Amino acid sequence: MTPEPVLSESAEDLYENAPCGYIVARPDRGIIDVNATLLTWLGHQRNTLIDKPFTDLLAVGSRIHYETHFAPLLQLHGELTGITVDLVTAEGTRLPVFLSANIKSDIDGRPMLLRIVIHGAGERHSYERELLDERQRVERERARVQVFARTLQRSLLPPLLSPPEGLDASAHYHPASADDVGGDFYDLFPLTHDKWAFFIGDVSGKGAGAAAVTSLTRYTLRAAAVFDANPEAVLQNLHAVLSQEFRDTVNQFATVIFGILTPHDGEFDIELASAGHLPPLVLGADGGARYVDTIGGRPVGIPMEPKFVAARIRLGPGDTLVLYTDGLTEARIGDGAERYDYDGALLEFAAAQAPTSASGVVAAIRSLLDGFGSGVEDDVAVLALGVPVKMQPVPPRSPE
Amino acid sequence: MDLQARNNVRLAGVEDGPTIMLAHGFGCDQHLWRLVEDRLASSFRLILFDHVGCGASDPSAWDPKRYETLQGYADDILGIVRELDVCDVVFVGHSVAAMMGVLAVSTDPSRFARLVLLTPSPCYLDSGDYRGGFSRTDIDELLDSLERNYLGWSRSMAPVIMGTPDRPELSDELTDSFCRTDPACARVFARTTFLSDNRADLARVSLPTLVIECAHDTLAPRAVGAYVQQRIDGSELVTLDAVGHCPQLSAPDITAQAIAAFAATT
Repeated sequence: MTPEPVLSESAEDLYENAPCGYIVARPDRGIIDVNATLLTWLGHQRNTLIDKPFTDLLAVGSRIHYETHFAPLLQLHGELTGITVDLVTAEGTRLPVFLSANIKSDIDGRPMLLRIVIHGAGERHSYERELLDERQRVERERARVQVFARTLQRSLLPPLLSPPEGLDASAHYHPASADDVGGDFYDLFPLTHDKWAFFIGDVSGKGAGAAAVTSLTRYTLRAAAVFDANPEAVLQNLHAVLSQEFRDTVNQFATVIFGILTPHDGEFDIELASAGHLPPLVLGADGGARYVDTIGGRPVGIPMEPKFVAARIRLGPGDTLVLYTDGLTEARIGDGAERYDYDGALLEFAAAQAPTSASGVVAAIRSLLDGFGSGVEDDVAVLALGVPVKMQPVPPRSPE
Repeated sequence: MDLQARNNVRLAGVEDGPTIMLAHGFGCDQHLWRLVEDRLASSFRLILFDHVGCGASDPSAWDPKRYETLQGYADDILGIVRELDVCDVVFVGHSVAAMMGVLAVSTDPSRFARLVLLTPSPCYLDSGDYRGGFSRTDIDELLDSLERNYLGWSRSMAPVIMGTPDRPELSDELTDSFCRTDPACARVFARTTFLSDNRADLARVSLPTLVIECAHDTLAPRAVGAYVQQRIDGSELVTLDAVGHCPQLSAPDITAQAIAAFAATT
């Protein structure tokens, strides 16, 4: 015997006893029908729900969320997928569910019906709750780490620079990551009544270890400068200290430039020495830019004799000396492996700024870094020293 | 700071028309005005923007301290009209932005000509004889609901945003930011919205004001609409035959008509 076709019955059964709740409502939210599954879940009679707004079934918090977020989404997109809401049962208890909905529209796009499907959230709800708690814990921890990193970083930089009268100084520290501490450092401070010292450098590595070495480096440089202000002697002292510090590690080193400033008739004599650090730039009053030739040195702290390259320059009114770390020159540009200073972009940039002031060039570098965005992969420290033009009327300098 | 970038300011409509500034409320962003914008654009110059923390505003401008009061948002609105250097602005604020408008025009009335409060509520919490409609427990439940939709939010909404076959007027340009807010910002904004009490500020409004309410709105029930109208001297009240809290979407024609009729009055 052929079985009776049961399609119409089974369609109704599929609807009424589906393993999910089902609501059909008018665009004004009035309920047209609710399936048996949802009636069972809610403990309601069908006739008590007909014509009531389906939003009345939502717990108050969910209803506010629905009115402010989900209703606009549904109206604009015609669809809503898997939102988490609470329904209220006839007994007044909360029933956590996932709700999806779509709109049936007429040929002119006017909404005719809302179809709403409801799945019990039950166990998945508590699983999501755990995930959420965990995620919030991670975010709290991350915020704590960021505060810690920021504070530690700040402790490694001078609270303010102390330049001699007649010299402007400006600095900027650009952390590549809010979660970590970099090893870049700088300082500018008086040594005696007529001598000032400055330095900039970069300790290899990142994190707490690099921060500890950075701190040691700064104090060593400051102390060594008091004993013997000769830049090469200061770096030699630093090398002795860092070599001990690094004796049990590999590939730890620091690049540093240390310099002494002596005021001289409104100009400044600068003696400096570099231990493998990037060469400083001089942005001249004449609008030109050039590197100070300090190339060829070797970093301090490496297990071989260091090599320092010394240089002497004089900064006159309108001249600006710029020291920086490799986070700037190594900033990634574009999508590929290209780095900012592969083709001499920094010197061109410097020439475009000159003549400028210490704060002017630091501001320009800051906006340059902002433009690189996430291309800045390492910390950047910049220290600029400039002799302001307006200090005194100065006769034109004779060419050097 | 570039306020236009901070608030994702967008100008639309006709240049020589009267200026209407459309401010969205808690929940979504300027796209909420989409259907109303289409209906006003031929006669008015429109200023649209996203509050900081919403839509495509500048995330770096977010400051949980500044935005824990509605005055913070109101000051942003004043910043925008000053930077654009516009006068005689008809300010239209939806939902909580209605109270931002009340604060903005009270702080500096010189830039504004008229005020439209769309489904406003000066206070969502019940307090004494006043029936805002909600209790503190309800608001905590909302904050919990925001949290719980936090995980799936970004992923589950993405496919929804792709296509809107039934609504051809909404092209792909709808950004995926619509109704998606950084949960940390949403939490602060939700507290600011639902725990503020601006009932006393209503009396400070001295501009011609139109209150628009919906006939069926559980967030801003009719008693609240009547309350706002009574507390602002000389204000008018229009009740739209609409359901829900966002008549810009559910009833864009009558909403736009009500705004246009009032804004065109001189």
